[in-house]
Amino acid sequence: MQDNDPPLMRVVNLTHMYGDRIGCRDVSFDLYPGEVLAVVGESGSGKTTLLNCVSGRQQCSAGTISYRMRDRRLQDLNAMSEAERRFLMRTDWGFVHQNPADGLRMNVSAGANVGERLMAVGQRHYGRIRETADDWLGRVEIGHDRIDDRPGTFSGGMRQRLQIARNLVTGPRLVFMDEPTGGLDVSVQARLLDLLRGLVDDLGLSAIVVTHDLAVARLLSQRMMVMKDGQVIETGLTDRVLDDPQAPYTQLLVSSILQV
Amino acid sequence: MTQRLLLTGVSKSFTLHLRDGVILPVVGGVSFGVEGGECVVLGGQSGAGKSSILKMVYGNYGVGAGQILIGHSGGQVDMAVADARLVMQVRQQTLGYVSQFLRAIPRVAAIDVAAEPLVRAGVAAGAARKRAAELFARLNLPERLWSLPPATFSGGEQQRVNIARGFLPDLPVLLLDEPTASLDARNRQVVIDMIAEKKANGTALLGIFHDADVRDAVADRIIDVSRFATAAVAA
Repeated sequence: MQDNDPPLMRVVNLTHMYGDRIGCRDVSFDLYPGEVLAVVGESGSGKTTLLNCVSGRQQCSAGTISYRMRDRRLQDLNAMSEAERRFLMRTDWGFVHQNPADGLRMNVSAGANVGERLMAVGQRHYGRIRETADDWLGRVEIGHDRIDDRPGTFSGGMRQRLQIARNLVTGPRLVFMDEPTGGLDVSVQARLLDLLRGLVDDLGLSAIVVTHDLAVARLLSQRMMVMKDGQVIETGLTDRVLDDPQAPYTQLLVSSILQV
Repeated sequence: MTQRLLLTGVSKSFTLHLRDGVILPVVGGVSFGVEGGECVVLGGQSGAGKSSILKMVYGNYGVGAGQILIGHSGGQVDMAVADARLVMQVRQQTLGYVSQFLRAIPRVAAIDVAAEPLVRAGVAAGAARKRAAELFARLNLPERLWSLPPATFSGGEQQRVNIARGFLPDLPVLLLDEPTASLDARNRQVVIDMIAEKKANGTALLGIFHDADVRDAVADRIIDVSRFATAAVAA
């Protein structure tokens, strides 16, 4: 991390309305290379709307989102063509859905799920694609003997790990995650969190993680934003926000955690 | 600057919004400095605000008023107003912290927990593990535990993992929050020796120690925090 590192993504006054209803309003932040930003808040706080807008999955009503391309130009997402944006989403970005079925193709094999992203970036050599897919399945702790099985035969935790492998195989610089541990048993969550943490560290990824689980935010992120009613009400270093919350709502969130 | 760490007029209070906004004063008018090669100990009874002062210096707590200057990267940083990224940079390059309790990470081996700050600072994983192993051995942590995640360790074993993690990187300023609370006499002595070595290397140390024998062995000065607590209530 260097002071003169330019941000990877810059979001300014992002607003999204659903008719008269506010999705999110006036959200601004910079995300730096190698940084993990957690967005926390309860259901309906606007965190998923924000994630969908900044990841190009949803057109925002107002505001700008800029992304630093591999040639170091900062480019306005809205000024890109649909084809350019799609290419970015297939190569330089990843999106991990809460429900793995939303991010996987359930009717093709695990190996094909991973290999497909590689073919999308132009790889054609079957042997090499299979080799890379196999390597990635190993990194997310899926046995080599499962490469030809469909994800439908996998447990929830395995499906989520497969979705992560599918996203990371193209070497993205930025990964969006929507409640990545949401539907999983606690023991499975711990394993996934540890895996994610290791991968983010090893690969130097930047990530925006939406979660309502403050323990997930503490473990994965360096910075966090707290959202309520579509707006960011508190932001800062993750352990500062959690240890010394300022806003009434953040204090309520932090004090509502069960201690075990 | 000979003062590695300088607090001037620092105050802190908590506003409890869930308790009708009642304001809880913690400390006020906190002013002192720590030089390189010196170990300053915060004294005073439980609840006087010793840990709060350490947490403000480290950036876990916000600062109500005043300045906390730390010599960093050839200049000075005021931790009271530094933004999140600058605080992270100071922690990586200048400011270490040994907390009382280990925040256990699921599934990560004790030796990797201890080696992690070195690896983040760019030391090769093998070399970092070797140095962690040396320190574990010195702290008498049984070798059969090294490759296990520390979540199931005893309090004293976890504390030694935490000490190794905090002492391994050579950072100019080190904060110690009761690092010897759960240790037996033999291991307390090891930590006393390690603190003496840090001092000899020019590290500035600021700590809290409840055992009188450790405090007397390591402290160059003891600052009574009670008067800062009184100042907070008066203000």
